Amino acid sequence: MSAATVSQFFAVGLHHYLVVAAALFALGLLTVATRRNAVAILMGVELILNAAALNFVAFAKYTHGGIAGQVFTLFIILLAAAEAVVALAILLSIFRNFKDVDMFKTTTLRE
Amino acid sequence: MPEYSASVQEFVRVNWLFLIPLFPALGAFINLIFGKHLQKKFGKKAVHTIAIGAMVLSCITALVHFFGMLLPLAPAQRFLLNEVFPMLDLGAVRINFAFAMDPLSGLMAVMVTTVATAIHIYSSGYMHDEPSYWRFFGYLNLFCFSMLTLIMGENLILMFFGWEGVGLCSYLLIGFWFNKSGMFQEGTDNAKAGMKAFVVNRVGDFGFIIGMTALFWGLLGMWDAVEGKETPVNDGRCLEVKVAPMELPGHGDKGHAAKLPSLIGVAHAADPAHGKSAGHGGPLAKHQWSRCGEAVAGVKAKRQPGVQVGSTQQLYLGPTVSFREIKDQLSVENGAGEKVVAKHLEASTLFGISLLLIVTLGMFLGATGKSAQIPLYIWLPDAMAGPTPVSALIHAATMVTAGVYMVARLNFVFILSPGGMTVVALFGALTALFAATIGLFQYDIKKVLAYSTVSQLGYMFIGVGVGAYWVGIYHLLTHAFFKACLFLGSGSVIHGMHYVAHHHDDHGEGHGHDAPPGDLRNAPDPTDPQDMRNMGGLAKLMPQTRITYLISCFAIAGIPLFSGFYSKDEILWKAFSTGNLLIPGWIIWGLGAMGALCTAFYMFRSYYMTFHGKPATEEHLKHVHESPRSMTWVLWFLAAGAVLMSLIGSVYFIPAVLLHTHPWIHDFLAPVTSLAESFQKPAAVTSHAWEYGLMAFSVVLAAAGILAARFVYKDMEKTGKRIEALKAQWKGVHTLVYNKYFVDEIYHATWVRGFMALSRALAWFDLKAVDGLVNASSWALRTVASLSGAIDRMFVDGAVNGVATVVLGLGKRARKIQTGRINGYVMGVAFGVVVLLFIVWFVTPAGAGQ
Repeated sequence: MSAATVSQFFAVGLHHYLVVAAALFALGLLTVATRRNAVAILMGVELILNAAALNFVAFAKYTHGGIAGQVFTLFIILLAAAEAVVALAILLSIFRNFKDVDMFKTTTLRE
Repeated sequence: MPEYSASVQEFVRVNWLFLIPLFPALGAFINLIFGKHLQKKFGKKAVHTIAIGAMVLSCITALVHFFGMLLPLAPAQRFLLNEVFPMLDLGAVRINFAFAMDPLSGLMAVMVTTVATAIHIYSSGYMHDEPSYWRFFGYLNLFCFSMLTLIMGENLILMFFGWEGVGLCSYLLIGFWFNKSGMFQEGTDNAKAGMKAFVVNRVGDFGFIIGMTALFWGLLGMWDAVEGKETPVNDGRCLEVKVAPMELPGHGDKGHAAKLPSLIGVAHAADPAHGKSAGHGGPLAKHQWSRCGEAVAGVKAKRQPGVQVGSTQQLYLGPTVSFREIKDQLSVENGAGEKVVAKHLEASTLFGISLLLIVTLGMFLGATGKSAQIPLYIWLPDAMAGPTPVSALIHAATMVTAGVYMVARLNFVFILSPGGMTVVALFGALTALFAATIGLFQYDIKKVLAYSTVSQLGYMFIGVGVGAYWVGIYHLLTHAFFKACLFLGSGSVIHGMHYVAHHHDDHGEGHGHDAPPGDLRNAPDPTDPQDMRNMGGLAKLMPQTRITYLISCFAIAGIPLFSGFYSKDEILWKAFSTGNLLIPGWIIWGLGAMGALCTAFYMFRSYYMTFHGKPATEEHLKHVHESPRSMTWVLWFLAAGAVLMSLIGSVYFIPAVLLHTHPWIHDFLAPVTSLAESFQKPAAVTSHAWEYGLMAFSVVLAAAGILAARFVYKDMEKTGKRIEALKAQWKGVHTLVYNKYFVDEIYHATWVRGFMALSRALAWFDLKAVDGLVNASSWALRTVASLSGAIDRMFVDGAVNGVATVVLGLGKRARKIQTGRINGYVMGVAFGVVVLLFIVWFVTPAGAGQ
């Protein structure tokens, strides 16, 4: 295996970022889709947001797009914080009503 | 345009004539609405004070109008008119609610109010024990209102209103004791007798309506008749006519004509100054009026002097119901002296039959119903189920004479139709004899009088039928008094005999053993107070009733000095001498003379059976008593009337013909019949010798009848056997006459059963044919409807319901997706994204790769 090949193999490129981001997204989605605990679902949402943010900065580095990607990422972090605040407030309200945060039990629709 | 002339009826406007019928109307209103309460609170006195008071006021008003206003006028002007309000205004036809008093209606109004007042007073005694006293007097007053409307109504419509009103009151009063069984009608109760009277009268009223409408129709197009145009113009027009003087017979010699009014204390007519002052300054506003006249300046103004004879005047020509206007029209003459309107009417036909014949026969059918003539007389004998005062007032003196009055009122129409006149006279004569023969063998005292009334009404119809209207009316007036007296006398007897209905059971066997042989003193029902076989020997017990009854019997039999003689004899003479009929007058005379013989016989039969001989039981002496003063006083009053009525039909009890003059009533009624007189055909017999001979003959007939009755019935202990023998010998005839010729049965078998069969056949037809048709059509419709329903259910509903079912099923499945769990939705979103990615990856590259 040539050095170039190894260096090429270990050299971190755009693909690596994208794969990590995709993995993050997949994990986040899986968390949101499968966890019954509302806090865990929120955490999954954070993962999805971070996957998106990672994609922004990765593309910003490997393309000639200026700093737009970084700015977007900053906004995403900011929005994620705000979203967490709102989501936790809703969550508290749900808990107050249902005495539970199990998303399987917090339904009022009848069969 | 030819010159026309007409003897237009002058008249005088008065304001208070309507009070005459109004008083009894008010009395009826009070007694029928509040009477029950009044009677409970104030006693029976309050009830009869109101009723009698109303009649007294009405009577006084009538007398004031008659003597104070009508008599002082000149004969041609004697026509009081009171137009209260217009009832109908249809184009040219105006029908007023108006009352009129001319000599004819004046005499009738005075007679009716006088007799009615007397009978009201009598009733207060006779009906004293009656619980529904208020109802009786209410009906009586209502009757008087209707009768006075009939008499004084100025047009045919008002007359018909009264005509129906008296029929209704008759019905109400015949069935007054509606919960009692009949007194003499086996198996028929009083209510049924009332219904019979009402239904039979309806048959007559049908004729009246036909006559009335036919006459109205016949007056259409008069204008063209006068102008001689061919095209008919059916509304009324005005014609300019010259007022001709009214032709009054005996106008030249005043003779005794003015004597009678002065005799009974009235300013007489001959004084022109008096008449003039009445015209200008008095309470009477005298002027000439007609619808057409309204256009003429000054004529409409009040207190205008009457149109002078010889002046010109607008006259209405066309359809009308007013008696006065019809008379005026019929008197129109053209320049050649022909009465053109009358001629046109005579020439008119309806369905090919002479119009006037239809009018007169229709009207006469109405008269036969109301006045109980063949063929519709059958209700009157049954009408005796009512209380006796009712029989006297309604079924003898007043209501039943309405038909005679109507013919006399329409004299100018009847005289134009010789066929109609012949029918009237012939049916009158047949009824006079027929009813008299039935009266010969009746045992119920009221039934004798009932058939006698039918018979006497027949004489009146002879009078008006042969064109001698004044005689018919004169007999009507005399009959009113003597027949009312006879009825009230019989009422007095029944009142006295009334104990038998209550006491006989206690003394059951008492009367049989000392009774004379035969059944003359053996009534089938010994408790019947009206059966003459239960009476006898009442002369000593009821002396006043007996004397008054005897006076009236003389009057009806036609004995000189009593009023019936003068009227009946004149009728028979007029019938004998008339030239107006299609048949010789002596036929009518013969029937009438035989009837007169029977009349004398049956009246004195009833007199002797009631008042003479031995009493049927000794119990009579203990119980029978003279009636109270309120009743006997009235009997005397009416008996006096039965005698004094002679004065107006004779010259101080001397028959007018012996003095070669006319009695007062003839001259008095002349203005009413002046037009008819001009249509009279010359008399067939004019010889005075014949008249004297016939007069003597009718006196002999009356005497023969009376003597025969006296011979047979005065002392039945001696003659009883002989009567029985005669009866056995003539059994068939006796049975036939005793059962009233079985006319009721014949009518029942033919008309009543015929109509019942017809109604049954119609009911069958209705049930089978009409109902079948209806049911078939409904069945067809039902089939079509069910077919359409099936289509609707299967296809239309199927589509609608199918959609709904599908949607429902889908919904049922789709709702499973909505779980409310966030995770599920997220997975759905993710799955969706994956699907979209696949689509983008595999489907889009076809073109997107480049």
